Amino acid sequence: MQTIDTRGLSCPQPVLMVHPHLGDDDALDVLVDSEASQENVSRAAIKRGWTVTPCQCEGYVRLELRKNGAR
Amino acid sequence: MALVQTVDVLSPLGNNPRLFGRTAAANALSDVYAMGGTPWSAMNIVSYPASSLPLDVLVEILNGGTEALTQAGTVLAGGHTLEDEQIKYGLAVTGIVDPAHIASNTGLLPGDVLILTKPLGTGVLATAIKAGWPGAEEAEDELYRWSTRLNANAGRVLRDMALRAATDVTGFGLGGHALEMAKGSAVSIELDSTAIPFMASVEDFAADGLIPAGTYANRRHCACHTMVLNGVDSLRSTLVFDAQTSGGLLLAVPAARSEEALERLRALDEPGWIVGRVQALREPAEQLIIA
Repeated sequence: MQTIDTRGLSCPQPVLMVHPHLGDDDALDVLVDSEASQENVSRAAIKRGWTVTPCQCEGYVRLELRKNGAR
Repeated sequence: MALVQTVDVLSPLGNNPRLFGRTAAANALSDVYAMGGTPWSAMNIVSYPASSLPLDVLVEILNGGTEALTQAGTVLAGGHTLEDEQIKYGLAVTGIVDPAHIASNTGLLPGDVLILTKPLGTGVLATAIKAGWPGAEEAEDELYRWSTRLNANAGRVLRDMALRAATDVTGFGLGGHALEMAKGSAVSIELDSTAIPFMASVEDFAADGLIPAGTYANRRHCACHTMVLNGVDSLRSTLVFDAQTSGGLLLAVPAARSEEALERLRALDEPGWIVGRVQALREPAEQLIIA
């Protein structure tokens, strides 16, 4: 499974990094460290039919992007 | 007569220097219009990396600014340029106002209706342009269409109707400026999220995740005093806080005169949307209600 680390980057950079992967079905984790990045990446993924589960880590959030319940 | 003075400086917006110049001038003039004043003269304030960028870009920016001032009937009295790594352009504007009829952001009364004269979305469109997102070119046209537009006609309606309260919608977004007015006037404001107009494609870009950090920062800054009612679309309740560049005026009009205000705007070919209402003060946590 791929992990995309967007920590330290400001918008629209995180969305630009994640967007090319949203056409696939492979599970994807995205690390975000701001409210803007978390909401923007989540919105972009949900719009394309992904389920997004945020997991709070120390100093950042790991967004688990899954499609159709796939793991 | 009284003098009003104001200054506002912008970082570049979009990729067209001339239209950026127009935007910066429209933005600086807007403060005078929002007070019910008439701009008389202006002075340019520019920083520019003359050693690394061709001077014609600077000339275009200043020409754009001059175009907007000419349209406003305002004299350019001079200015100051400094060499710097970053491009910045703004203007100090002097205007006149009738001291008995200065509109402020503290004059709201329960029962007033709030009319917005430009749609929201410059923050989202600027982000889409920066991202090079599909549709970015059209987004740039739409952005400049509104940002270069003077608030002169809206200001004229404000003056002609001797309205007590108004503000211009800029960096804090509609929500932030509305909350500022509510606090200053010790009232609550209810914004109707379904009535708020957006520039073309703004909601699509926002759903793609192209909402600027400043918009989220505005929402967070206002959160302690904001109540979002159940069932309000979360995208819209966020876009209420989209940081605007050269946004429209937010006019407070007694409810009985709201039709008159809309008719006066229409007669001047100026758009106007009723976006909210002023209520008696509720809890401090409910000073801004998004319905």
